[in-house]
Formats: sequence, C-alpha cells, structure tokens
Amino acid sequence: MAMEIIKPGLQTTVQDLGRFGLQQYGVIVSGAMDENSYRIANLLLQQNNTAVLEFTLIGPAIHFTEPTVIVLTGADFSPVLNDKEIPMWRPVAVQAGDQLNLGAAKRGARGYLAVQDGLQIPPVLNSASTYLRAGLGGYEGRALKKGDILSYKPVENCSLQPGWSVDYTTWTSFEQHTKIRAIKGTEIEQFDANSIEQFTTTTYTVTKDADRMGYRLESTDTELTRKEKVDILSEAVTFGTVQVPPNGQPIILMADRQTTGGYPKIAQVATVDLPKLAQMQPNQTLQFVWISLEQAQQLMIEREKLLKKIEISIGLKMKEEAR
Amino acid sequence: MKQKFYMKSLGDSALLVYFGEEISRTIHGKVQALFKLLQDRPFKGFKEGVPAYTNLCVYYDPLLVAELSNEEMPDIIVRNYISTLIEHMEITQQQGRIVEIPVIYGGEYGPDLAEVAAYNHLTEAEVIRRHSESDVLVYMLGFAPGFAFMGGMDESIAMPRRDVPRAKIPAGSVGIAGKQTGIYPFETPGGWNIIGRTTTPLFLPDENPPSLLRAGDRIRFVPITNDREDS
Repeated sequence: MAMEIIKPGLQTTVQDLGRFGLQQYGVIVSGAMDENSYRIANLLLQQNNTAVLEFTLIGPAIHFTEPTVIVLTGADFSPVLNDKEIPMWRPVAVQAGDQLNLGAAKRGARGYLAVQDGLQIPPVLNSASTYLRAGLGGYEGRALKKGDILSYKPVENCSLQPGWSVDYTTWTSFEQHTKIRAIKGTEIEQFDANSIEQFTTTTYTVTKDADRMGYRLESTDTELTRKEKVDILSEAVTFGTVQVPPNGQPIILMADRQTTGGYPKIAQVATVDLPKLAQMQPNQTLQFVWISLEQAQQLMIEREKLLKKIEISIGLKMKEEAR
Repeated sequence: MKQKFYMKSLGDSALLVYFGEEISRTIHGKVQALFKLLQDRPFKGFKEGVPAYTNLCVYYDPLLVAELSNEEMPDIIVRNYISTLIEHMEITQQQGRIVEIPVIYGGEYGPDLAEVAAYNHLTEAEVIRRHSESDVLVYMLGFAPGFAFMGGMDESIAMPRRDVPRAKIPAGSVGIAGKQTGIYPFETPGGWNIIGRTTTPLFLPDENPPSLLRAGDRIRFVPITNDREDS
C-alpha cells in the first residue's frame, strides 16, 4: 500500500505529459491540463514526466501509508496535512499515517500532487494519462473513487523541510478576467470581417460546459459567422484550437480533445497561455488577443529558458538542504 | 514530378501541409507519400504526423527545432524542410493492405438495413451485396481511437444521417452516413444508419499500432450469417 483515497474530490485523475505518437490512429493525447504546474511539481522533486494526480475544483483527501515527499502545485485547494496547513510549490516530507486534506479550489481550477519517483501506474500506450471517455490508462481508466489505492516507492528517513517555494505567479494566473493570446486560425479567412473584429473585442464567458475535452465559450452579443457555409473536411485539431460550430459560439479544445475535427478554426491559443486557460473556472471571462506565430514561438523558447533556470536553482537549493 | 501544395500553421507547434481541396485517391496518395517520407527522414523535433483527407498535420517541438538554426524561427525551419521533402517525393501508386471485416447484416444488428433498402428502392439483400462487393479505402483515422474515415462506398446505397441520433450505438456497428460508411469502435451516441455489426475489435490498446485499421488500408466487408458467427 502507499496512498489510499479517503475522499475522491470532484474529478481526480492520473496524468503525465500525455500520450503522443498515436494520433494517426485516433488515440487522444490527454495529459496534464496545466503543463506549467505539472512540470514544476516534477522539477521540485528533481524528476521528469512522472505520473501525478490532477484534481479539479474540489480536491481529494488522501491517507499515506508509506513515507514519501510530495509537491502540490496549480490551483490553491488550501492543503492541510494532519490539521496543519502546508505550503504549495515546495517539497514536503510525508510520514506513514499522515492524511492530506484538500478543499475546494480557492483560486484556479486544477491542482497537481506529485510524489517522489512518481505514482506507480503501468503505462498504457506509453503514457500513464487517463483518457476518461475510452476508459484508457491511469487508474483503471477512470477518475479516482473512495478506497482506491495507488502505490509509490517509499522514501525512508526524509527530514526535508525547505523554507522556500517556487514563485507561482510566473507560472499560473488566477484572474477573474484573463487575456488569452492567440494566433490566427487556419480557416480565419472564411469568417466575415465583422466576426473577425468581434472575436478580439468580445468578452467571452467560460460556460459550465468546460471540461478536459474542451471549453464552450459564450457571448450574448457576438455570433461569429462565416461568409459562406463551405463544408470542411475532417482534419487534425490540437490543444488550444478554437473552432466555431454553426451556433457561432467558439469552443476551445483542451487536453482530452479528439484528434480530428470538422469545424472551422478561427484561432489557435498560444501554447504558453494554455496553462492560464486550464486554471479558468466556469463563469470567468476571457478576451482573445492576437499575437504572431513568431511571438508565440519566441514565448515558448523564453518559457523553456526560465524553466531551465528554475530547475538549476532547485538543484542548488536541494544540495544546500542535503548539507 | 513537381507537386502542388500549400502550408498553414496550426498554431506554434504544428503545420498543415495541403495537397488539394477534395476527397480523392490522388490527393490521398500524396498525403500518404509525404507521411512515409517524413517518417523515413524525420527532422529534429518532429513529434508525429496525422494524415487527413487533403492534408498531413506535422506536429513538432519548436524548442528542439529552434536548435537547428540561430536565425530562423521553428515554423520557417519546418516549412523549408517539408518543401524540400516534397521536391524529392515520389508517388508510387502503392496499394494498401486489404483488411477483411466480417459483418452480420440486418436484424437486431442492423436495425436500419430495411430503411436504407427502402430509401434506395432496393432489396435488403441487394444493399448487402453492394455494401460488401467493392472495397472501400481508409482515408484517415480520427474522432475516436480506431475510428476510420472510409471512402468509395457504392453511392447507390447512400442515405443521409438520421434526423434524431440514437443515444447509444453498440461497438462494432457498421453504418452509412451520406456517401460514407464506417464502423463505431466504441459504444457512442450517433446518427448513422446502422446496417450491421462486426465482432472484430478496431481499437487494440495492447498492440502496436493500437488500431486494426490504418490510413491507406482497403476494407472488404464480408457478409456472414448469424449461425456461422455462433459456431
């Protein structure tokens, strides 16, 4: 045994970076919705691409039966370990018999719990990620339930008590109204000029139809229309593709998107802004801002440099702790 | 031969390479040829390809691609690489694999067979004959793991989607939607006219590749009777 789920939370699943290489067979990518929080949780444990828990809006309660080191990142679920508040964005030693209680997300929507060396989840098609609709991967292909037991390698005699955290403000934003940077979509020229203008002037609300597969947006004033209704053949779509079904209200595709789609694509969210989207709750609002493809790629390169820096500083801090 | 093509960026980490606008075996051949060439000669940072009717989606990691040049952005580097590949691309009219799919037509397994027959003024036996007589081509997979988009069905048995989709269509159901035919790999809601069912699994999570069908395959539906299925 290692960790037992006492309360499952609203939707708690096992995720990693996702299932790549098989989209040509229709196999959905899945993976952590907020890649920044996911990667930093692992960096804080000096590891990469391990299986972690992702929880949504209401977090789980977990009983640990073996000692380990955990990291919590992402949304703030007011974590409490044995009645004592614990910090997020830093490694925390956990002893056998400890219980972690997570509440409702105070800010943001998705939280991550990583353990030292990762959860021991047998990979399915090269990934531990859960794809709920096909019952694939993760823990029995489903969201966790009360009584589920997940194992990890115990970490004995860990007295780690760091007094520092990664500054989360660089990596996630939990604003009520968010600006989302986007690149022009592959079918943007099919929309009329008015719709293209309104796309970036409209304040869109994230509806309650917002899950790991996609976010339906809504605006009462704007209905995006095409100059003429030409059929679009099914073709590849990806994380952050903004497609417009006939009702004129955009849908942003997220981690559990289908591999292909047949709606016109008006925009593509810049990869660096996907974590912001992942942290949005229903009823929050967003506005799209155009950036160029070059800017979007430059932002990715800069983000990677920053992650590298953090990885190096974590390494140095951990050496100090070990002394 | 010089190929006509154009490219569109699908955001900052993917590129769509188009060879035309419509569903045709010629365009399909070009998409497949580029995909094969790219798999044989991948560039640094190439992640995966997804063929569709008219284009190939090339997924890449811009951070790895960026290491190839100090001057150009990843999108440009990938575009240049793909253009060069296409210059050297040779289209061989390679025939794909033939995959036989046994189907029990009609009855409880094909509740809409009678309607498809009536709609096209044919007998049920004639619909079955026309559906199974000629091979159909798998153009692409998508929508769900193992789901194949097929083309080339005999158009005399075409029928529009149902006005009211069914809440549950069993896995393995073989259907007709317009001029398309297809097989549902999972139980899902759907609006296709269901004419039969196969017990052959399409999604194979324990195998590599995890799908029975691949783009380029030719599908041959083989009518079987219920008795033979039981024995």
